[in-house]
Amino acid sequence: MKHKVLLDSQKIDIVLHRLACQLLEKHIDFSNTVLLGLQPRGVYLSHRIEKILKEKYGISSLLHGKLDITFFRDDFRRSDKIITAQETNLDFSIENKSVVLIDDVLFTGRSVRAALTAIDTFGRPKEVELLILIDRRFSRLFPIYPDYIGVHVDSIENNKVKVEWKENEQKDAVYLIE
Amino acid sequence: MEGQLSVNHLLGIKYLTNKDLALIFKTAEYFKEIINRPIKKVPTLRDITIANIFFENSTRTKLSFELAEKRLNADVINFSASGSSVKKGESLIDTVNNILAMKVDMVVIRHSSPGVPVFLSNHVNSCIINAGDGTNEHPSQGLLDAFSLQERLGDIKGKKIAIIGDILHSRVALSNIYTLKMLGAEVKICAPLSLIPKHLKTLGVEIDTDLHRTLSWCDAANVLRIQQERIKDNLFPSVREYAAAYGIKLSTLNSLGKKIVLLHPGPINRGVELTSDAADSEHAIILDQVENGVAIRMAIMYLLSSKFKKHEK
Repeated sequence: MKHKVLLDSQKIDIVLHRLACQLLEKHIDFSNTVLLGLQPRGVYLSHRIEKILKEKYGISSLLHGKLDITFFRDDFRRSDKIITAQETNLDFSIENKSVVLIDDVLFTGRSVRAALTAIDTFGRPKEVELLILIDRRFSRLFPIYPDYIGVHVDSIENNKVKVEWKENEQKDAVYLIE
Repeated sequence: MEGQLSVNHLLGIKYLTNKDLALIFKTAEYFKEIINRPIKKVPTLRDITIANIFFENSTRTKLSFELAEKRLNADVINFSASGSSVKKGESLIDTVNNILAMKVDMVVIRHSSPGVPVFLSNHVNSCIINAGDGTNEHPSQGLLDAFSLQERLGDIKGKKIAIIGDILHSRVALSNIYTLKMLGAEVKICAPLSLIPKHLKTLGVEIDTDLHRTLSWCDAANVLRIQQERIKDNLFPSVREYAAAYGIKLSTLNSLGKKIVLLHPGPINRGVELTSDAADSEHAIILDQVENGVAIRMAIMYLLSSKFKKHEK
């Protein structure tokens, strides 16, 4: 298997700052906005974005949660892979809030579809936006498109995109595995 | 944590491993969060049909299983022996197979005879969940009791847990003993000797006949009711005398000099095993047990259903 570096840690840092600025442009003081990281790997990204917004742009109060979609997935009993649930932490109301759903890679769109159903169980948000670090744009199977995109990657279906975060894997990097 | 149970049915705690217990408890934590959301349902079991087959009376367990099934979006059918063809002489296997012919995927069964769930798991092609078999086991109750205790006490390992009351006729006692021993707790049984089965010592539990000594010893007490519907012999002089010797009062709890946790699987015979002021006191986590029962049963059904037949690819 060949690992090609798509983004190194410096480039990831630049992209994250750009994404934070794009969010800032739309949401200004974040008083009615919720950042919601998708378990497991979207949570790393949402924490990074939150950190930049707080430390660089002085956003002091920011609602931030994590969402697990295991029980909302459409491949239960269809896949040989063992799916293990993880923690959901959303201890505030999302009623009438702007929710920014955050994940590392957008591939078929199934996870995001499941996340939209899961969000519904917490109430009725004003709007839901999608922030993605890597958009594999020609692999979509659902009519789902991100509002904030780190980078586009055009790859064939058999390729894999792997995002590593220093919190978990020593360094930040995005690889294309061929 | 790996996400698969070692078993295909829930027949009793004695068939589970420590890993199974940890997985069920962890999954139940997630479901407990879900059942506290404004919309308490997940679509996970939308293609599963579950039959609740109850040959014995039940309020809490039946409602709890049914609610758990509905929260998971399963289709549910309910069967109770009274008013059914069982009264016309239909055998157990025929009854269950006829229900399964209606394309049922999972059976939750309660029966007065010990061993019925095991028997069914050997003779019918379905996933079986034991909701209480005679005086044998009531595994979902054992799990929810331990889960509730863990919530309150933290790790149960080394904790002192008393089981007080009618052990002889209780299926809750056996499932509790198995679960608590697996989790590393010290378990003491407290009852008149006539209400303690002889084999119990082989399970590694202590036996005591003195209520005050037991309550002073324990961190938590699971109080079981006197099962008058099952008692055929004169095992104690009268209910009044039992209540005087083994009934737990708030004044007794307050005199212990420490706070213990009080559990009861219900239904409570107020004034017999527990006085009202004790049952409604801050010691009691009886309503937490009921809430946790739904989450535990959701976890059991979710984990078991993930194991049976996969959809065609």
